[in-house]
Amino acid sequence: MNLSKIYTIKKEKQYLWVLLTLVVFVLGCFFFKEFINYKIVALILLLVVSIHAMFFDIKPTILSAVISALSWNFLFIPPVFTFHISNPEDFLMFIMYFAVALINAVLLFKVKKFEEKAREKEEKEKTLQLYNTLLNSLSHELRTPISTIIGSTDILNEYHDKISLENKNLLLQEIQIAGIKLNHHVENLLNMSRLESELLIPKLEWCDLNEELFRIIKNNFQNNPRIEFHINDSLPICKIDIGFLEQIVINIIKNALIYTPENKKIHIDINQTNNILQLSFQDFGNGIPEEHLPNIFDKFFRVPQTITGGTGLGLSIVKGFVDALNGKIEVKNTTPNGLKFDIFVPVETTFINNLKNE
Amino acid sequence: MSKADILIIDDEPQIRKLLEITLESNDYKVIQAENGKQGILLAANHTPEVIILDLGLPDKSGHEVLKELRTWYNKSIIILSVLNQEEDIVKALDNGATDYLTKPFRNAELMARIRASVRRNTIDNKETIYHYGTICIDLISHTVKKNNEIIKLTATEFNLLSLFVKNEGRVLTHQYILKEIWGVGAQTETQYLRVFVGTLRKKIEDNPNAPEHIITESGVGYRFQ
Repeated sequence: MNLSKIYTIKKEKQYLWVLLTLVVFVLGCFFFKEFINYKIVALILLLVVSIHAMFFDIKPTILSAVISALSWNFLFIPPVFTFHISNPEDFLMFIMYFAVALINAVLLFKVKKFEEKAREKEEKEKTLQLYNTLLNSLSHELRTPISTIIGSTDILNEYHDKISLENKNLLLQEIQIAGIKLNHHVENLLNMSRLESELLIPKLEWCDLNEELFRIIKNNFQNNPRIEFHINDSLPICKIDIGFLEQIVINIIKNALIYTPENKKIHIDINQTNNILQLSFQDFGNGIPEEHLPNIFDKFFRVPQTITGGTGLGLSIVKGFVDALNGKIEVKNTTPNGLKFDIFVPVETTFINNLKNE
Repeated sequence: MSKADILIIDDEPQIRKLLEITLESNDYKVIQAENGKQGILLAANHTPEVIILDLGLPDKSGHEVLKELRTWYNKSIIILSVLNQEEDIVKALDNGATDYLTKPFRNAELMARIRASVRRNTIDNKETIYHYGTICIDLISHTVKKNNEIIKLTATEFNLLSLFVKNEGRVLTHQYILKEIWGVGAQTETQYLRVFVGTLRKKIEDNPNAPEHIITESGVGYRFQ
């Protein structure tokens, strides 16, 4: 049973529940008091207190113990309708009832505390493990471009009159590529933390997605001939957070560019039916072993034995932004070869033809 | 001959150095300020052609500096910002900034913005005929020609185009355009804007999906060039 969830019932409500259940049980027992011995009533009420202890905080439980003890005394122990107890045996039972009820409350409270601590510890360990994975993959991905920049500038400084113009240009190019890579990694780290903060609310804007996708691909991948975007002339204007979509598109394409052979194309298609926008990314590489497909959107997951060059962040960021847009993402291997991502996002749409011109 | 004065207001010495080297190698004269107060003072003393203003300053926010400058300074102000700050950018543009650049920016981009800004300062507003590549726009006779052939535009399309032309090189926010073309109250109707920009592009651009004149500034607005 998940105690922690019930544990979160509001404090005021807990007192209300305690009083309500006690009233029901005490009145029930009182109604049948001709048939039930008052000692059995004590056991029934103890059971109720124990159940309270399982679900509620310590204070409401103690209240339950006190009220049940007093009402048992008042309504059931002879002489009834007085707090007076004539029989010494009954008095002993009353004291014992009170003690057992309290111990019950305190013990269960301790068990709950213990559980909570264990859970906290487990969570901490999990975070630590994630943190370590992050550091490992990131420090490699960040250090490589940093070393490139420092190394190249060192060479340019020390040997600037000895190296050929061609090599100088090569080094400068390397510095630039490293800078762009660093920028991408930092951006994804920021994205990750934005997604984790769960404060990310899409800012929906009307967009001409043919043009926006064209621009995103051109700005981020220059005119890489491997990327083939098929414009859809019948696409309406859609309301979407274009910044989110940009991160999705960049990360899926980057992923495909890294993990598929240099001579293979990447096809991007866009469609809309019944206010569901569908974006498809098809590559023609070797796909992903079926057993790993369910994991590829996990943070830091990398398919075993793949080339280095990724942080394991890209696709989890894609999933995060798709979720933030209330969409879903599907991935499958395609025959004869390749991998296909399908993204479905609900959008508002407007057709140009539907609008009165002027 | 030395070109125009440019004032840089940014607290990061590396960014100032980078801008200084780039601008001076393009023959611009550079003045630098490391905070808002100093920036406003230098702007008053030199009246530079262009001010490059960072939004994150140590003493006061870039928005405040912008507002103060705009009470008397009417030349170009280019905002420097970091990524994912679209709302800040829109606010700055609505407060009178003429253009913006996001860090990290490419050199070519910076120089294109500076050139456009300087040119804008010298544009004669009385001009009525504008040429852009193969396009010719006559604001008086309301005619637009592409490759010497007249293009038929609807009234709204023409209004939109002439607003763009009059603000060449300047980033216009969605809100501003909607207010100018459709009037107060239409500011939320950005889908109209998207539609009309779409039809306008189909008429004047060679490839409407890769526009050369009406450029989308994602999340911000449009720029005509």
